[in-house]
Amino acid sequence: MSENQAPGSGSGDGGHPASGATPETAETEYQQEVTELEAQSATAARLFDVRRIIGGLFVIYGVIVTIAGFTASDADLEKAEDININLWTGLAMLALGLFFLIWQQLRPAVPPVPATEEQLPRE
Amino acid sequence: MTYLADGLRLPTNGLDYTILGIYFAVVLGVGFAARRSVKTSLDFFLSGRSLPAWVTGLAFVSANLGATEILGMAANGVQYGAYTVHWYWIGAIPAMVFLGLVMMPFYYGSKVRSVPEFLLHRFGPSSHLLSSIIFAVSSVLIAGVNLYAMAIVIEALLGWPQWVAIVVAGLFVLAYITIGGLSSAIYNEVLQFFVILAALIPLTIVGLKRVGGWGGMTDKITSQHGDNFMSAWGGTGIGEANPLGANWLTIVLGLGFVMSFGYWTTNFAEVQRALSAKNLSAAKRTPLIAAFPKIFIPMVVVVPGLIALVMEPTIGKAGSGLDYNDAIPVLMRDLLPNGVLGIAVTGLLAAFMAGMAANVSSFNTVFTNDIWAAYIKKGQEDRHYLLTGRVVTAVGVLIGMGTAFIASSFSNIMNYLQTLFSFFNVPLFVVFIIGMFWKRTTAAAGFWGLLSGTVAAMLNYFWLYKQNVVSIPSDQGANFVSSIVAFVVGAVVMVVVSMVTRPKPAAELAGLVYGTKSPGMEEAPEAGDEAWYRKPALLGWGALILAAVCYIPFSL
Repeated sequence: MSENQAPGSGSGDGGHPASGATPETAETEYQQEVTELEAQSATAARLFDVRRIIGGLFVIYGVIVTIAGFTASDADLEKAEDININLWTGLAMLALGLFFLIWQQLRPAVPPVPATEEQLPRE
Repeated sequence: MTYLADGLRLPTNGLDYTILGIYFAVVLGVGFAARRSVKTSLDFFLSGRSLPAWVTGLAFVSANLGATEILGMAANGVQYGAYTVHWYWIGAIPAMVFLGLVMMPFYYGSKVRSVPEFLLHRFGPSSHLLSSIIFAVSSVLIAGVNLYAMAIVIEALLGWPQWVAIVVAGLFVLAYITIGGLSSAIYNEVLQFFVILAALIPLTIVGLKRVGGWGGMTDKITSQHGDNFMSAWGGTGIGEANPLGANWLTIVLGLGFVMSFGYWTTNFAEVQRALSAKNLSAAKRTPLIAAFPKIFIPMVVVVPGLIALVMEPTIGKAGSGLDYNDAIPVLMRDLLPNGVLGIAVTGLLAAFMAGMAANVSSFNTVFTNDIWAAYIKKGQEDRHYLLTGRVVTAVGVLIGMGTAFIASSFSNIMNYLQTLFSFFNVPLFVVFIIGMFWKRTTAAAGFWGLLSGTVAAMLNYFWLYKQNVVSIPSDQGANFVSSIVAFVVGAVVMVVVSMVTRPKPAAELAGLVYGTKSPGMEEAPEAGDEAWYRKPALLGWGALILAAVCYIPFSL
């Protein structure tokens, strides 16, 4: 896909990087290469939203650790200076997990509009 | 080392292992799920330059929150006391703000894919190749240090021999980066950031209660170690003795300016996170967003070190059976019940893996783009470089495993790392800062500045300090001095060489030197980026002021 040489660049910048290019407007050869790769890259369109993973993991952890807090033994409490640390940590993790899930629901990631559709090779 | 393990064995049970098991499954799952987004080499090495600022920002802070940070800074807390906050408030924040506000337009706007690639365009192939090779070598060395630190913890936790832990953990990192590329590394770093906080916050709270709160801890420490141990600046006058072995001048210049700027602004493992942001505004905000958590991390890393010192006063002394690096594992053993203990173990292992992953994912990028594609196999199809990246990832991890055994001969991992940084990063920073701000400096100056600075730091450390030619009280103090020496030698050599060689034509420097522009810098801001809380200047200055305010309680 990268064998098509700088499609539609028309900036008159051939050969050596930056040689003779007007610095204010033209991209150098390596910059064009990155621009092209950016147009073909699939991350923006296909990468999942990390908030779902953080939210899911922390809800699961929150539930597990909160349950451990409810069933804490006297030895557990004594070890942690009479703080039911499992309960508090569990609830805090649950809250954080829910925060990320709700945030994702309220503000879903918008997949970017492909800039130049005819140039995107279909697979 | 092996006899320490039995004393540190954590009372883990099935619940803790369940929590750990879930994490490992999720990490691999992220790798596989990210796989479908990797289509080009840009996806693999820079996440297609498309991630939002909060993700890259948290990854930026997480990439540094590896084994070195957590165990090493807690160890420094035990050894040096409150002086350790210098590594955060003066030794990180100003440099992060400078990176975001001043340097990022050149990095991101010029569309380079790595820090060494910037040198290629600014100076030329000789300094580019030299810095690429130095970076590649130091990354695998540091990856090995992370792996070694992880092996200590797994040994303490599960009783596995260190070499088993090194092999298993290394293969795990290898898998998820080879499959998912940088996106996989960054997402796992964001995840790790929250898990490590969920581990360290409860540890600190319970620990503080054990030692009688903040006041109780301060009283006990100052009665044993003197008032200066809980002060950031006390005893740092020139000529005064203090545990750090440094004075205010070497702290401000060596740590705060040279070493910190060298690390934060030119270390590609960090800068790479910002280069994967979706636009210039997000790239600028990456280190600025990271600065805020960074300011508060000492509360949950250095403070546990101080707590450990109260609970185990002999820690780090001969015969105690405990090393400085054991501070946090000791607290986990003594304070956390099963459940939170599982979170803590998971958080530590996650931090170790993420730290190593940051090094591996920057190593594969530099090797593939700056060594392989630039000098060995030019002009191949993109698919070739994507494949190379994956193969190089595997090779890098394997070399890192070997390096893990080198690291085991140093008791304080942080000292080892700082030593490496002062050899590699500081001269690089000199070359960058002069190259970005002085049009006249030449290609030859870049190369000789880099080489002479690195050699000067090594001579200062291994010859003047280690051979006792000059007397510096501690390794840390010697590191600060080595950095300053590297900076001065590199800068002088650059200026002198620039004077006698020919500069690059101005047209070739567009967007690479202060005062010039490139098309990437004029990119239109995205909708919503004008909101006040997204203003880079406000975030940057806010972080600086907050860091200064944090010094007040430790300076009175």
